[in-house]
Amino acid sequence: MKRAGFSTPWLPVLLLVPQLAIIAIFFYWPAIVALHSSFYLQDPFGFGSTFVGLENYTHLLGSAEYRRVAVFTLTFTLLVTFFSLALALLLAVKADKVLRGAKTYRTLLMWVYAVAPPVAGFIAVILFNQSWGPLTELFGLFGHTYMVGVNFNDTAFAMILASVWKQVPVNFIFFLSALQSIPRSVREAALIDNRSASGRFWDVTFPLLAPTGFFLLIINITYALFETFGIVDTVVKGEPGNNPMTLVYKVYVDGFRGNDLGGSSAQSVILMVLVLALTIFQFRLLERRIHYT
Amino acid sequence: MRKPKLSTVTDHAVLIAGSLFMMLPLLMILQMTTIPDTEIIQTGPTLQIGDQFDDNLEKAMLQASGFSGENTGMSMLKNSFILGIGFAVGKIVIGMTAAYAIVYFRLRFATLAFWLIFTTLLLPLEVRILPSYEVVQRLGMLNTYQGLIIPLIASATATFFFRQFFRSVPEELVEAARIDGAGPVKFFVDILVPLSKTMIAAMFIIMFVYGWNQYLWPTMITTDEDMYTLVRGIKQIVQVLEGAVVPEFGRSNMLAVVAVIPPVLVVVFFQSWFVKGLTESDK
Amino acid sequence: MAQVRFSNIGKTYPNGFEALKPTDFEIQQGEFAVLVGPSGCGKSTLLRMVAGLEEITSGELSIAGRIVNAIDPADRDIAMVFQNYALYPHMSVRKNIGYGLKNRGLPKTEIARKVDEAAALLNLGDHLDSKPSQLSGGQRQRVAMGRAIVRDPALFLFDEPLSNLDAKLRHQMRIEIKALQRRLGVTSVYVTHDQVEAMTMADRIIVMNAGRIEQIGTPAEVYHEPASTFVASFMGAPPMNLMRTRAEAGQLHLNGGALCETEHEGEVVVGVRPEDFLPDPDGAISMQVDIVEELGGHRLLHGQIGDDTVTVHVSNEFAAETGPLDLSVKPGAVCVFDAEEGHRI
Repeated sequence: MKRAGFSTPWLPVLLLVPQLAIIAIFFYWPAIVALHSSFYLQDPFGFGSTFVGLENYTHLLGSAEYRRVAVFTLTFTLLVTFFSLALALLLAVKADKVLRGAKTYRTLLMWVYAVAPPVAGFIAVILFNQSWGPLTELFGLFGHTYMVGVNFNDTAFAMILASVWKQVPVNFIFFLSALQSIPRSVREAALIDNRSASGRFWDVTFPLLAPTGFFLLIINITYALFETFGIVDTVVKGEPGNNPMTLVYKVYVDGFRGNDLGGSSAQSVILMVLVLALTIFQFRLLERRIHYT
Repeated sequence: MRKPKLSTVTDHAVLIAGSLFMMLPLLMILQMTTIPDTEIIQTGPTLQIGDQFDDNLEKAMLQASGFSGENTGMSMLKNSFILGIGFAVGKIVIGMTAAYAIVYFRLRFATLAFWLIFTTLLLPLEVRILPSYEVVQRLGMLNTYQGLIIPLIASATATFFFRQFFRSVPEELVEAARIDGAGPVKFFVDILVPLSKTMIAAMFIIMFVYGWNQYLWPTMITTDEDMYTLVRGIKQIVQVLEGAVVPEFGRSNMLAVVAVIPPVLVVVFFQSWFVKGLTESDK
Repeated sequence: MAQVRFSNIGKTYPNGFEALKPTDFEIQQGEFAVLVGPSGCGKSTLLRMVAGLEEITSGELSIAGRIVNAIDPADRDIAMVFQNYALYPHMSVRKNIGYGLKNRGLPKTEIARKVDEAAALLNLGDHLDSKPSQLSGGQRQRVAMGRAIVRDPALFLFDEPLSNLDAKLRHQMRIEIKALQRRLGVTSVYVTHDQVEAMTMADRIIVMNAGRIEQIGTPAEVYHEPASTFVASFMGAPPMNLMRTRAEAGQLHLNGGALCETEHEGEVVVGVRPEDFLPDPDGAISMQVDIVEELGGHRLLHGQIGDDTVTVHVSNEFAAETGPLDLSVKPGAVCVFDAEEGHRI
């Protein structure tokens, strides 16, 4: 709060009411409903529900299917995060260095930010079209018959590729802006102290990018966990079957398609705890965030 | 002429490769909108540019593809704009007023309000999607624009963003304004809003793109085809493609292109604002 | 007539920190009072309490005979110039100056007239349609002044208004502000941490330290008769030389040499201004000069008297060298302070 804030009593209340009302109805209520129904077993025909305590949870954790999805989600998240960060960092460092065409490169590398995830998935489906997809043909040259939607790994690769493609621009924007905010004097000092360009990068630039990197790490994990829903859904064409899927997608499939409200809610709650843990981790990190200035 | 250094050449090579990686998929989709569907199912995307673009555009925008005959490209485009703009405006108005209350007023329950609001940053809509659906259903808001837009606003990103920005506004400005006889409403209208112009623009771009690109929530909330947005329509496009004897690639790709163009244009044209808004929210 | 009266004014923050100990004083009509002290001494808090930007937690404040504790800043009939000027960045100079009048519902023609008047007074006539970002530091400072004078208030408040300017401009603005205040005759309270500003501008200086008023007096009083070792060392550049010594049998000694007569006995701190030491071949005090600082018009000699580090101011005609130097002290120039409490005795 500002030192000399206004002390009008009713106005701030009035200003806060819309926001508080919306979050009460569309955030807290659903969150509580999710928590509540995760302890109940819903009758499939809609005739009430019974309290089952932690059964939904124990059932989930004991289920091989759930574990399979969790393992895939973890792998998927790690790969998407790693590749989109690494690729973006490489491109940002280069874009920061070149003098000619810097603006054009920047535009070309960031516009995909505005592409919706399902469109990215849709494009992947075409790239890997069974009969003539350009990437299917490319893999064909190496003797691999690429089959999205049939072969688990092939489908997973298509998902990861689309997810990385969609996420590189955000990371690129952040890395580039972090690079550009490194003071000129620091770069010049490094230039005097170190002859090797790669030495300068790892000793000076990279540590200075660390705060942005940590921030992006969380952003990317959240992205891979939640925002890739549209990509997963379009790549598996709405038919999960034995295809790879993420935890969020399973919440949707079980709850919306399978009508397993209790199970789906328990999954929601597990995800909530996961996000909470991530966020707390992020805040602790931010608190101790390496400040060089 | 000076010989370019090897490192400069590799820098450009990497950047060109990266740009191609980003551009080629969309160019491929575009190319496919110019050739007849019968040709596509033979050869797939090629380098040749055909003459079917106008035909496909007309089919995509004016012909209905669903069962009800109401989800033409035009209607989906309209819905996408309503979602994008409605979401952005709603979020900015609610975020700014709430942030104003939190930052500029002495409020007894300010800390409580702060935590109530900022907890929403922790849980994305995706993890509470089913109960949210139930709530909207219970309120009779399925297949309405309110039901589509308002629940998406229930996350405090804009509030947080404006709070950060307001806190960076020099303290003395409100003090000078108070001595100049401006009350809270005058200060907001005369000084804070004009000062926040760039921030509002940046937020608008980010939120417009975010709203436009929503997929899961519209998929659940809108079942009437005349309520579909373009991004929500993608799902149907894929399903139609799967089922048809001669899949209408030209038309469906055209819809995908139309779904991508407006947000991309906004981001490209207002690049500097958008980048500023995006990177600033991190601080 | 007292224009501003502080009766037992104090400030304690909710966390228990006492930013300002209860304080009593008055500022007279037309007076230019300067609050000076190191950062964190409470001077800004005091000023902001006068402005109504900070709540008064104890005591009573009256401005022009009216108790204003519960009155809104806008209604206290004051104007304030801020350290960073606090100009509204999106408004032209004209609008910046006129904003307060507009909020008071003055007719447009009246506002225009007053703004033009103020602008003419401050040489801002050519810049009325510029935005603050297009102005130089000095011009921004003038706009901030314009915003204050256009309102014709009962009291001007200045919160370190010159600290963002470079040295030359600061000097010039110092004179301008002082001249303007004289001309308008408006009572002013001016906060600064710069003792030169305080000395040159003030009718009366209020020296503060750690939430307490150390001394109130004219610049000459504060300079020559500091009420405490704090004031002695804070005011004046270089500051007063403070040396610990003993008074015995009615006589003060410094490094073995007789300094002056005294009524005190025992451990004391003596203070001598650098210019009050005189090089004197017959002087009883011997100093070891380590460094001669050449300043053109005069020289500063830095060195030791016994264990104390001292600075001596000499004219440029005196051929100073490093090494031993005998000094005497101007009669009546020695201040004696309590060795424990630091107050003047």
